[in-house]
Amino acid sequence: MLGKLGWSAIPFSQPIPLVAGGVVLVAVLGVLAWVIVKGHLPYVWREWITSVDHKRIGVMYILLAVLMLLRGGMDALMMRAQLALAYRSEGFLPPEHYNQVFSAHGTIMIFFVAMPFMIGLMNLIVPLQLGVRDVAFPTLNSVGFWLTATGALLVNISLVVGEFARTGWLPFPPLSELTYSPGVGVDYYAWSLEISGVGTLVAGINLVTTVLKLRTRGMNYLRMPMFCWTTLASNLLIVAAFPILTATLAMLLLDRYLGFHFFTNEAGGNQMMFMNLIWAWGHPEVYILILPAFGIFSEVVATFSGKSLFGYRSMVLATMAICIISFMVWLHHFFTMGAGPTVNAVFGIASMIIAVPTGVKIYNWLFTMYGGRLRFSTPMLWTVGFMVTFIIGGLTGVLVAVPPADFMLHNSMFLVAHFHNVIIGGVLFGAFAGMTYWFPKAFGFQLHEGLGKWAFWFSFVGFYITFIPLYAAGMLGMTRRMQHYDVAAWRPWMIAASIGAVVLTAGILLQIAQLVVSIRMRHQLSDPTGDPWDGRSLEWATSSPPPVFNFAILPDVRGEDAYWDIKAHAKRHQFEPHEGREYHDVEMPRNSPTGFVCAFFATIMGFALIWHIWWMVILGGLGAFATFVVFAWRDHDEYVIPADEVARIDRANIEERRNLASMAGAV
Amino acid sequence: MAMTATAERAHADPHHIGIGVEHPGPAPKRIVTAYGFWIFLLSDIVMFACFFAAYAVLHQGTADGPSGAEIFEQGNVAIETVCLLLSSFTCGMASIAADVRNRFWFYLGMTATCVLGLIFLAIEGNEFADLVARGYGPSRSAFLTAFFSLVGCHGLHVSAGILWLLTMIAQVFAKGFRADILRRIMCFALFWHALDIIWVAVFSVVYLLGSAP
Repeated sequence: MLGKLGWSAIPFSQPIPLVAGGVVLVAVLGVLAWVIVKGHLPYVWREWITSVDHKRIGVMYILLAVLMLLRGGMDALMMRAQLALAYRSEGFLPPEHYNQVFSAHGTIMIFFVAMPFMIGLMNLIVPLQLGVRDVAFPTLNSVGFWLTATGALLVNISLVVGEFARTGWLPFPPLSELTYSPGVGVDYYAWSLEISGVGTLVAGINLVTTVLKLRTRGMNYLRMPMFCWTTLASNLLIVAAFPILTATLAMLLLDRYLGFHFFTNEAGGNQMMFMNLIWAWGHPEVYILILPAFGIFSEVVATFSGKSLFGYRSMVLATMAICIISFMVWLHHFFTMGAGPTVNAVFGIASMIIAVPTGVKIYNWLFTMYGGRLRFSTPMLWTVGFMVTFIIGGLTGVLVAVPPADFMLHNSMFLVAHFHNVIIGGVLFGAFAGMTYWFPKAFGFQLHEGLGKWAFWFSFVGFYITFIPLYAAGMLGMTRRMQHYDVAAWRPWMIAASIGAVVLTAGILLQIAQLVVSIRMRHQLSDPTGDPWDGRSLEWATSSPPPVFNFAILPDVRGEDAYWDIKAHAKRHQFEPHEGREYHDVEMPRNSPTGFVCAFFATIMGFALIWHIWWMVILGGLGAFATFVVFAWRDHDEYVIPADEVARIDRANIEERRNLASMAGAV
Repeated sequence: MAMTATAERAHADPHHIGIGVEHPGPAPKRIVTAYGFWIFLLSDIVMFACFFAAYAVLHQGTADGPSGAEIFEQGNVAIETVCLLLSSFTCGMASIAADVRNRFWFYLGMTATCVLGLIFLAIEGNEFADLVARGYGPSRSAFLTAFFSLVGCHGLHVSAGILWLLTMIAQVFAKGFRADILRRIMCFALFWHALDIIWVAVFSVVYLLGSAP
């Protein structure tokens, strides 16, 4: 009846996951109870859960990422504590639990923090920067988000019901085959990534189509803001790479569930095929994450230097070059597996070549800052911090791209330090820069500047204290994924790294404090201008938060830095009498529960598949199909906002801006 | 004012080749939908490419089981191929019928597509059942694993296509040729033709190359 699911699945003997699970359960139930008792449920359902507004979906993506960052961060703290304690002793985590912790940490941080954070920011901002009203497929967008949330939910269920994979963040066979991982851990991993992978693919298709087909009048390719370019590049990579992940995990699941022989030891299976396939996805994945961050830094540097981006066209070229080369270097993930010197040399050189366009970008940012009127607000701090940190990460990357050096350093703490150096110093700093930069656009008030700066400095310093020691430990021969060790020379570095992790955590806590304080002070911090940073691209041309239709009249773009142009050349134009503006009816997509219902059935189906509860699988499948048919049968998926209403909202916004301008003596 | 701007832009591009003119603004919905669906199809083809790659890697891993030359029956595959290629033709006829809003020819074209698709699936199912009955199921060897997965993945797509096809007939029956339904018919047609293209590759890589001694 319940397949493999029984009471033994719940780890009553292990206090850590039980307590953690209990706390989370109480928190979730508490929030739910609060929402219901206070009568917010209809609002939450109408305005958020069923919303197909790209801005709302973007915010929900980011919220998911922040929540999962806390979960993944807890895992990281446990690992650092374990390694500080586990010198000549067992430490406080049993080995099989420690193995689950590091697998979950990697999986969560990449798939449920970095990915949703970036996709959330792209969702929130790209249609605004393109000067249009929505993404190409709004309902699909909601489906994509909710499927990602399903994946995150399944991974977190594994904390208390059953176990998670013990195989690392990529489940290499034969360890992940049924023979060596008979439990449900790998199944949790694979099904949650299959489901959230579909969500990611949907988001990728949506954003590629949006950038290529939905741009306002005059927005030529070479007038798009850099963030739109990097979004395009990143989502092209998603469309090309995520099907590989889906196919590879499907093969692994077929091996595990039906006795197929894709990657098995016997009957002609081939494990190296898994390595090739998974890294053909996995390497582009790194650039899927970092490219949008590059876009954010480009926007931030230009805005806070008061100059347009230096070398815009070379920046575009560098972005697209990275997009293409990133697909040609996957083999550097297994230099040591016997491909031979010629193959290693080719892939080593290809890997190093990526440093060239990346270097172009760094120089362009530096030249943008050169001679500019620099303002070191929080987003700019994250950007400058990124530039320093990422250069170190990039240089160590070139080091491990040298095959002979890689023979020494692969699978060592040096490698762990390298990829945290680029992922934290690049992607996470980028996400934080983007969050602080665009927060006022999303909510209409700024984040508290002082706490933001404190958060930056704690994170920045904490990062170095955590990861520079790991480079040293790696040089001293410490390999990754160790549960305990007895080499005295490693111990001081492990203790230093733990101290760093605490400082880094303080940075994160300060950011939460910043959020809380800013929400309480939202009236003092409110931004009625819609343009708090003196921005250059179109998202700042509309009010904060933007009306549901983004722009009352779609802007007409005449050059790069579209909004800067409007401000510089036609100051009076912006405040012209309303009578000159012609308003039309606006058609907007209707809210739809399709995404939520779809994810509901996907959760049931995923859980049932993990535990082999076949009747429930069929139930979930039928439900999903029914949802699809009901959605396909809809008659009206749009509603019309009449021109009068558009005019009323727009005039109110213009009036408010005009008052501010006259107070400042600008008009 | 807006009129003059448009006229100026049109003048700059007398042959409508789209170079050197201002971007006209967001594309119409029909274009956006078809474009997005194309991108989905490309991603689907990437997924197929993985299964093709797996087949290429594993096709000699027969583990003392049968090889392709021993189990493939050219006659059946030929009939399958003819059915699928014909179904692409009938699907094209249905698309034209939808374009000219002719219900009779639309239903006829779609029904023919459906029947041809079902014949294809029946032959494939028969082939699979026969292999399994002889003990040559997908868990027999890595070669059979790759064969069943690649061909089966295409078969699953055809099955999904038939479900979609039936939904489209029902939608036209209930709601007529509305703009949104025409867009869906267009996407369905793209999907069905893409399956045909993939079958040509399956036919060549699996059955033709695999039958060589």
